[in-house]
Amino acid sequence: MPKRTDIQSIMIIGAGPIVIGQACEFDYSGTQACKALKEEGYRIILVNSNPATIMTDPDLADATYMEPITPEIVAKIIEKERPDALLPTMGGQTALNCALSLRKMGVLEQFGVKMIGADAEAIDKAEDRELFRAAMHKIGLETPKSMLAHDIPEALAALDAIGLPAIIRPSFTLGGTGGGIAYNREEYLDIIEGGLDASPTTEVLVEESVLGWKEFEMEVVRDRADNCIIVCSIENIDPMGVHTGDSITVAPALTLTDKEYQMMRDASIAVLREIGVETGGSNVQFAVNPADGRLVVIEMNPRVSRSSALASKATGFPIAKVAARLAVGYTLDELENDITGGATPASFEPTIDYVVTKIPRFAFEKFPGADNRLTTAMKSVGEAMAIGRTFPESLQKALRSLETGLTGLNEIGIPGLGEGEGDDRNAIRAALGTPTPNRLLHVAEAMRWGMDLDEIHQACKIDPWFLEQMKSIVDMEDRVREHGLPETAGQMRMLKSMGFSDSRLGALSGKTAGDVRRARTALGVRPVYKRIDTSAAEFASPTAYMYSTYEAPFAGAPADEASPSDRKKVVILGGGPNRIGQGIEFDYCCCHAAFALSDAGYETIMVNCNPETVSTDYDTSDRLYFEPLTEEDVIEILETEKQNGTLHGVIVQFGGQTPLGLASAVEKAGVPILGTLPSSIDLAEDRDQFQKLLHKLDLRQPRNGIAHSLEQARLVAEDLGFPLVIRPSYVLGGRAMAIVSSKEEFETYIQSTLTELVPPEIRARYPNDKTGQINSVIAKNPLLFDGYLTGATEIDVDCLCDGKGVFVCGIMEHIEEAGVHSGDSACSLPPRNLDAATIAELKRQTAEMALALNVGGLMNVQYAIQNGDIFVLEVNPRASRTVPFVAKVIGTPIAKIASRIMAGEKLADFNLTESEIKHIGIKEAVFPFARFPGVDTVLGPEMKSTGEVIGLDFDYAIAFAKSQLGGGTKVPKEGTVFISVRDADKTDTIIDAIRRLSDAGFKVIATGGTQRYLQENGIAATKINKVLEGRPHIVDAVKNGDVQLVINTTDGRKALSDSRDIRRSALLSKVPYYTTIPGAVAAVDGIIAYREGSVQVRALQEYFAA
Amino acid sequence: MSAPTQGWHETAATAVLILDDGTRLEGIGLGATGSAAGEVCFNTAMTGYQEILTDPSYAGQIITFTFPHIGNVGANAEDIETVNMAASSGVLGCVLKADITNPSNYRAAQKLSDWLKSRNIIGIAGIDTRALTARIREHGMPNGVIAHSPDGKFDDKALTAQLGAFPGLEGLDLAEQVTTAQTYHWSETGWNWDKGYGEASDTHFHIVAMDFGAKRNILRNLAGQNAKLTVVPAAAKAEDILALNPDGIFLSNGPGDPAATGEYAVPEIKKLVDSGLPVFGICLGHQLLGLALGARTKKMHQGHHGANHPVKDLTTGKVEITSMNHGFAVDTDTLPKGVTETHKSLFDGSNAGLSVDGKSVFSVQYHPEASPGPHDAHYLFTRFINLVRAQKGLPLEPEFKKAG
Repeated sequence: MPKRTDIQSIMIIGAGPIVIGQACEFDYSGTQACKALKEEGYRIILVNSNPATIMTDPDLADATYMEPITPEIVAKIIEKERPDALLPTMGGQTALNCALSLRKMGVLEQFGVKMIGADAEAIDKAEDRELFRAAMHKIGLETPKSMLAHDIPEALAALDAIGLPAIIRPSFTLGGTGGGIAYNREEYLDIIEGGLDASPTTEVLVEESVLGWKEFEMEVVRDRADNCIIVCSIENIDPMGVHTGDSITVAPALTLTDKEYQMMRDASIAVLREIGVETGGSNVQFAVNPADGRLVVIEMNPRVSRSSALASKATGFPIAKVAARLAVGYTLDELENDITGGATPASFEPTIDYVVTKIPRFAFEKFPGADNRLTTAMKSVGEAMAIGRTFPESLQKALRSLETGLTGLNEIGIPGLGEGEGDDRNAIRAALGTPTPNRLLHVAEAMRWGMDLDEIHQACKIDPWFLEQMKSIVDMEDRVREHGLPETAGQMRMLKSMGFSDSRLGALSGKTAGDVRRARTALGVRPVYKRIDTSAAEFASPTAYMYSTYEAPFAGAPADEASPSDRKKVVILGGGPNRIGQGIEFDYCCCHAAFALSDAGYETIMVNCNPETVSTDYDTSDRLYFEPLTEEDVIEILETEKQNGTLHGVIVQFGGQTPLGLASAVEKAGVPILGTLPSSIDLAEDRDQFQKLLHKLDLRQPRNGIAHSLEQARLVAEDLGFPLVIRPSYVLGGRAMAIVSSKEEFETYIQSTLTELVPPEIRARYPNDKTGQINSVIAKNPLLFDGYLTGATEIDVDCLCDGKGVFVCGIMEHIEEAGVHSGDSACSLPPRNLDAATIAELKRQTAEMALALNVGGLMNVQYAIQNGDIFVLEVNPRASRTVPFVAKVIGTPIAKIASRIMAGEKLADFNLTESEIKHIGIKEAVFPFARFPGVDTVLGPEMKSTGEVIGLDFDYAIAFAKSQLGGGTKVPKEGTVFISVRDADKTDTIIDAIRRLSDAGFKVIATGGTQRYLQENGIAATKINKVLEGRPHIVDAVKNGDVQLVINTTDGRKALSDSRDIRRSALLSKVPYYTTIPGAVAAVDGIIAYREGSVQVRALQEYFAA
Repeated sequence: MSAPTQGWHETAATAVLILDDGTRLEGIGLGATGSAAGEVCFNTAMTGYQEILTDPSYAGQIITFTFPHIGNVGANAEDIETVNMAASSGVLGCVLKADITNPSNYRAAQKLSDWLKSRNIIGIAGIDTRALTARIREHGMPNGVIAHSPDGKFDDKALTAQLGAFPGLEGLDLAEQVTTAQTYHWSETGWNWDKGYGEASDTHFHIVAMDFGAKRNILRNLAGQNAKLTVVPAAAKAEDILALNPDGIFLSNGPGDPAATGEYAVPEIKKLVDSGLPVFGICLGHQLLGLALGARTKKMHQGHHGANHPVKDLTTGKVEITSMNHGFAVDTDTLPKGVTETHKSLFDGSNAGLSVDGKSVFSVQYHPEASPGPHDAHYLFTRFINLVRAQKGLPLEPEFKKAG
């Protein structure tokens, strides 16, 4: 069946900001869909509020709406654009929910928009727990026993019927938000309450526990002729009970007989047919009882998902691209399997000859007080994937890909271990029975301790097959410890083929990684590269999508399929797994480097290990190495690429901190770093050198100091005086950054925050030497101190420089005052409150520094302006998090230009002119607090946001309102505002803002002091109790839905913890809350404008139309 | 630290694989000891190694598994495809990437390496099976000799001589080695979770299956169609078959060169086709039917061996994912008038099915019985029995049963 001709235009809805459970995998799928459907000649109308995405690049769609993904706003876009069809399956749960709302509102019917990919009935049937269960039973498939509950009495009835432990799953929530496993009645009621709250339909499913069962996923693709294929099977190493997004998984499934596998295949296809997913990709999750093979269906997603991104990368089969084409009517046999160069059709099932391991990455260290136990609600912020010929190789590569300091199955302490034989066994059992990010390491530790595999299996329920494989690694570690490194090529190759890194072998044999590398290369043992070809070598693949492995020689040397070309080439190092502080923005830059340098005639070579990204799509660059970003793995790639053609250089300044950390190794390997030299990057990071530079340029910075030991740190702090901003150097995203305002707070910082940074092996080696532990951190990452500028405005500037000229791309004014991490602050571009002279001065200072640092490419500067004085806070001579935002707002592809400058072109050649833009872009951060019960939501110098949204408009206030809507905030048009501000904030600014709300008809409630202050200034306000003043209090009011806006500023630790319940209840009740005065004022501006005017929607392309 | 570990001395290879171009690969010996010469092919399936290793169609072959971990789920008594347990299955050896582990599956009864030994199959692990597969892709399926010697001593000269003595599969009638010696009845039906295999009951039809090396699951699928099944040897005469008074004739899969087996089987198949009874052939049975109808067969370059092969049913336009295992194919260009190509491989366009116009005679090159592999083509067994039903004036069954 050829493509549909009854539709000409298609709307694609993206996933919005990056949040836990919905990360850049939807940029990957959306980008593929846009490209594929545009190629087919359709007019593409895209909606996505996330400026850091590749899909919102203006040339990917015909009309790109960077507008909030709310049904009301999208309805306006539909009214304006009149698309013929809506493709809702590429933007995760956000897009699906939005599409369902649009249908319920009658918008789709009114404007004659057809849903393609999945229709509303199918979505409903898959998403509604009760309908889904009924559908499964209809086709003879089992599901765990379950009951729905809409309130507490129903939940109690469900408890009687199902028993404990029970799994609670709220309906229509993302990544299992609000769900969990209850082992006792109290816990059960707690989770029920949270789950009912989290569900937009106030509905939870209470389900029979299949904890400990094996968990599998099948990625299915179906076309409208009912052809179905399984793209990939995925097996979770973590058995049932841990959200699949938080589980360590492997592909393909490794512990199924063909009978069991085919049962699952038949069931998956039956599920798609029954649910009615007519075209496209879906995934179906199963649990299997290891004792008897009983198979139950857990759930299905009628859309592309995180797993389909993983399956695409794991097999080389581009699910989203194919799904998009199927949605417009093609059948699988009409589409090519790209990776074989079209030698075979897309209507087949990929078969692989390697093992893929995915390990999630967590950010619990960012959220003190968060429970790090893994449950059915997803908590990870990113993931790394690794490919090896065998499971041990794949697993150990995945562990080092995480960039959490692991070089393999590193030793780790087990809480409570070392207290005697019986207690030790229990301590280990407890650690194994509790799923945490470290469980796999605990398993290895249990093996080292001598626990037998059967007992380990009983405690953790991980399949014995995986345990035996891990044991083979642990045994081999013993061998290296006892005998050192092998001296023959065969034995060295055998070791390396189990995935051992040089660093790990070094640690085990008492040598350095460099020693191991020398010994290894002296034996001629180097990795070879194999291709991912969807066919296990049955068909030759012209696509250079590769992974490394250590293979046995085949008729001479080990068989290498890298075949480096004779072209002039550039290697781009990516950012590795997403984490807070290093996410999609950096992947955006890496992709742009690949696009731009390909245009400039270079062969582009990408290295990355993050399966969620566009950069790891095999057609983003000419060659893709899906490899860990460690020194060893990167250098080996460079050695191979050097064998033919000209290796022009390596780009390290686009992938965040990860590639920067590899710069000196790359240089040492004799490969040029393109653009800004690592020495300049180091200079900007080096306190003393940088201070000297600023001195020379006559620029100011806050009083500051540096300490290389704990003793020195105490002296420096005392010397500079409080308040101080403290952070360890070379750490991105403000990890462990804090503002301390007293000596006591400083000591707390050392005891808790710094201690958390101690690497596990150091902690294990010196358990009693706390000072030594902390000094080991400070020695590697000297502590930096800056005087905290109270009440200052923070400014971010991004510029381009080629060493001779400078172009300031964007000056962004933060809305929150200095002290909140720049990644967590809302900001506006262009700035709102800066005069021309200040802007000119910021440009001058930026240019001076860029030239002095001889920047080639991008540079970011953070300034603070206090009482008209400009202070330089930080300079990063590399791509910053704001690059995509700036590029979108000013309409200039600055990352592409930077790449070409790095490759040697001149800035002047790009004819950049500073054109006045009439619109305003507001960037707002989005936070994962709802995922971490009990964690305070107050902002500080340590970055906590997972993503960002843009609000774009000609009007500042509307742009701000859009940024809030885009971030998921309900911007109220009427209702009650609660206000409680600290004394320092009781100024005319807030009075003016509240008066405007009051005039607009908002009811005002306030705590005692603030209420009196408002009354004194002529604003009618009702007093409400603080939590400590007795009930009913403010938290009750928020929970009861009586409050629509919260403005709450605090001072000092005590007050901070007092007001914490207010912020958390506001968060959980989805009531917008502002914890800074500038944020609150901007919000009030936005609310007033949003109330009065009707919000207009505009495509990005319209803002730049001549 | 636990017990002292082994040092780093290089251990001698305990198995070798020598190809006819002189390539000598060393590895770890598994399963049976000794040596065997045969054709080296590859299979890309990721599950079902035990079914593959017991498929009589692999007689005379050494199978390279492209999936690196083989043996994870051990071996059991249920997943055997060989009918005639007295005969060796026909697979000579297997080539693996990773060493065999202990099994992990609730149905596992034995570690795969022990089972290989009991089946007299020689294994070699530690081989870059991907490189070997690429070599087969580039140069075709080589002949090779596989040897396992626990003491690491190999007489290369003798092995090379053994390899030289292997005539190659072309022109080789292997069906005679794997077929049943005598006629028997079959009543076992398909596998269901928690129930295992069933028994045919309520049989309305009598099917005679010619056994050229039949897989059990084919017989189960036929029996599952309410059929009484009589299995006869490859060399059975048409007269004797027709004397059994069948409602339909089935031509099974099997190993070797169809032209060789066809020398005695084709004249009989011609008579069976002429009898007007419904005829259904699979794999070698398909090739023999093709020859009987006047088409020619040819040796393939690398063959089709896997569980992910797309086939288009040209009569419906539907694509099915199939299990394939063949090194010879019917040459589409030689199909005579009156014979229609019904299925073709979407990987390389080669013939995957045919039917005789106006007659109840059809066959497919692939394996609708799966085992291992997807169940997409099970409908063909219904299609066959529907031809029987039509002849008997009975109502037809839908080819695809609606679930639930």
